[in-house]
Amino acid sequence: MALGFFSRLKKGLSRSTQKLGGGLTSVFTKRKLDDEALEELEDLLITADLGPSVAGRIIESFRRTRFGTEVSDAEIRSALADEIASVLEPVAIPFAPDPAHRPHVVLMVGVNGTGKTTTIGKMARYFTDQGKKVMLVAGDTFRAAAVEQLQVWGERTGCTVIAGPPNADAAGLAFEALKQAKAQDADLLFVDTAGRLHNKSALMEELAKIIRVMRKFDETAPHSVLLVLDATTGQNAMEQVRVFRELVNVTGLVVTKLDGSARGGIVVALADSFGLPVHAVGVGEQAEDLRPFSAQDFAKGLVGLPEGEAEAAS
Amino acid sequence: MFAQWRVSFWGITQVFEALSGRLSGVFDGLAKRGALSEADVMEAMREVRLAMLDADVALPVVKDFVNKVKERAVGAEVLESISPGQAVAKIVNDALIDALGGAGAVPITLNAVPPVPILMVGLQGSGKTTTSGKIALRLSTRERKKVLLASLDTQRPAAQLQLAQLATQANVASLPIVAGQTPVEIAQRAMDVARREGYDVVILDTAGRLSIDEALMEEVRQVRAVTQPAETLLVVDAMTGQDAVNTAKAFNDAVGVTGVVMTRMDGDARGGAALSMKAITGAPIKLTGSGEKLDALEEFHPERVAGRILGLGDIAGLVEKAADTLDHEEGERLAKKMMAGKFDLDDYASQIRQISKLGSISGIVGMLPGMGKVKEALGDKDLDTTILKTHLAIISSMTKGERKAPAIIKASRKKRIAAGSGTSVQEVNKLLKQFDMMSSMMKRFNKLGMKGLMRQGMSALMPKGMGGGPPGGGRPFR
Repeated sequence: MALGFFSRLKKGLSRSTQKLGGGLTSVFTKRKLDDEALEELEDLLITADLGPSVAGRIIESFRRTRFGTEVSDAEIRSALADEIASVLEPVAIPFAPDPAHRPHVVLMVGVNGTGKTTTIGKMARYFTDQGKKVMLVAGDTFRAAAVEQLQVWGERTGCTVIAGPPNADAAGLAFEALKQAKAQDADLLFVDTAGRLHNKSALMEELAKIIRVMRKFDETAPHSVLLVLDATTGQNAMEQVRVFRELVNVTGLVVTKLDGSARGGIVVALADSFGLPVHAVGVGEQAEDLRPFSAQDFAKGLVGLPEGEAEAAS
Repeated sequence: MFAQWRVSFWGITQVFEALSGRLSGVFDGLAKRGALSEADVMEAMREVRLAMLDADVALPVVKDFVNKVKERAVGAEVLESISPGQAVAKIVNDALIDALGGAGAVPITLNAVPPVPILMVGLQGSGKTTTSGKIALRLSTRERKKVLLASLDTQRPAAQLQLAQLATQANVASLPIVAGQTPVEIAQRAMDVARREGYDVVILDTAGRLSIDEALMEEVRQVRAVTQPAETLLVVDAMTGQDAVNTAKAFNDAVGVTGVVMTRMDGDARGGAALSMKAITGAPIKLTGSGEKLDALEEFHPERVAGRILGLGDIAGLVEKAADTLDHEEGERLAKKMMAGKFDLDDYASQIRQISKLGSISGIVGMLPGMGKVKEALGDKDLDTTILKTHLAIISSMTKGERKAPAIIKASRKKRIAAGSGTSVQEVNKLLKQFDMMSSMMKRFNKLGMKGLMRQGMSALMPKGMGGGPPGGGRPFR
């Protein structure tokens, strides 16, 4: 994963942050940092989906330390990147399965259409390439052709896919799959689940049941519960994370679709509020398009700074 | 339904009380002054701006909206009106409904020579395929159209199969899948088949694409060129953030959006993207998706979404949700007891269980009028629902008699109950005090009735000292 790690992410992020970067240039080139400038800066952060409270906090810190000073474009970007990176640094934790668990069970959860199945495909590719034995469970027994979608990923990555009949009980399926994975001494078991809105309590209860039933076989399972979050999501992501975390004990996040024009600034707000690890980001539809999350690069990309310039400028 | 709603509403109300939420709506503030200055309007507009940003309305759209409304509001009409706060509130609300599309839903255009092509476009995961199935079902059952579904999604694994399965569920035809064809080829084949076999409508479902993906945008442009769709529907997730502007602009520039479908309106996102979409594309929002079942497709209601965006609540949505989730018979039973003034602690416990079924409390909060401020005051902390669990524990440590007549609970009983429930006497006291307040609030509610409540909002229920204003003085925006 380390090789060519950011080229694609950077491409996506720099595209997506052109506007933010461009806006800053026009606002802050050789300019006094006054109320008006600060307000514009706050606007720019808001348009990046950072969320009002985080945006407000950053602006306040700027007001305290830099109010009235003449600042250059590079300085302001660098300071912004530093501030954002400092929020993100603690949550930039790569996903590492625990070899003590055979298999390490990963439950993928999230609202509809965020990219759970695609992310499983990508993670399956990554760990298969690492020589791990990976098995997949088609736990989305509800949506049309969701099983077939995961099966295609199984073929692409050479992983066994365990599936049941349509509308089968996902919890029972997960239980059987866990048994099989154990018998076959798999390293990793990815359990796909149907997308569900966090405010539908019956569906959330179903998710809790999957966990309960798996624990009847292995009381430590699932070892990871990954919430897949779409980067285009706005402030509602806070609610998603809050509810999923409360009900199914989410252990980490994967942020998808960062190759688009969405800047994913909500990740900063999420890091600030919840501190959940952000394990990886999705930057495309291919199996290779998954990257570990880097606070520095994400922050630099967000403010339109090329890599490695933040330190130089500050 | 009415009784149901009443019960759930009452329950939610007391949750707030328990958490000593304070109601301080900006429009309440205006109403109290009696006269409205320009500064007041500015102040109110600042709040409107924040509410809209919180609801994910794109910033340029917010600015534009606020400026327009400011112009309208700062004027003699408002300043001289009898109730200035209400006047401003009404202007904002009306302007928002207007901006969202004004009166009535715009139907899907089928005004062309059959087969009429409908092109579905949008980002990945926005819900195009499900929406295609829903529209197919709607047109075939309501309009008695012969519909052909065709998936042009050669990108996502099993996407074509997904649409074929949805077609089966909707009992409409789908174009046979031919491996290896390009989207343009599939589109042409779909039109050929439709012409030959006499279909009225062809729904062309495309692959999700990012607005910055030049190659894929060019592809959809070509599909549009060869099919000349009567409708090009942009499918947008209601949870979309500020990026809505980019998406709307890119798709509109590339393929000329004629209508918008907002999906996942059954979630608790405030759906500001709807306004951004309308503002940028100029195209009407035609339909909303509100569930995973194929019949969960509705006409767009600007007034409901307006309330949601401003954080002023979506009562209709809450009623639906409550009706969906709650145990109807139990609700009826509780409502009757409540009306009769015989509501006891057993009923309260039942009430708590119903409430917790409704899911995330702060999600519900957003649906209630006048509650935006409370939610804000709570900040990042969700409403602490553990207090409900504590209440349940306390009640279950009471005897039957105590639950029926809480007045008999004195010092020694309190001690016993506290010990039995693992709580403290103070907590037991708190519960009893709250129950007392609830009872009085309930009486107000009964007196007020549904209409009064809709008119005056939640703050009308709050006893003196709890809310920001005098009893009945709150005037949320209706």
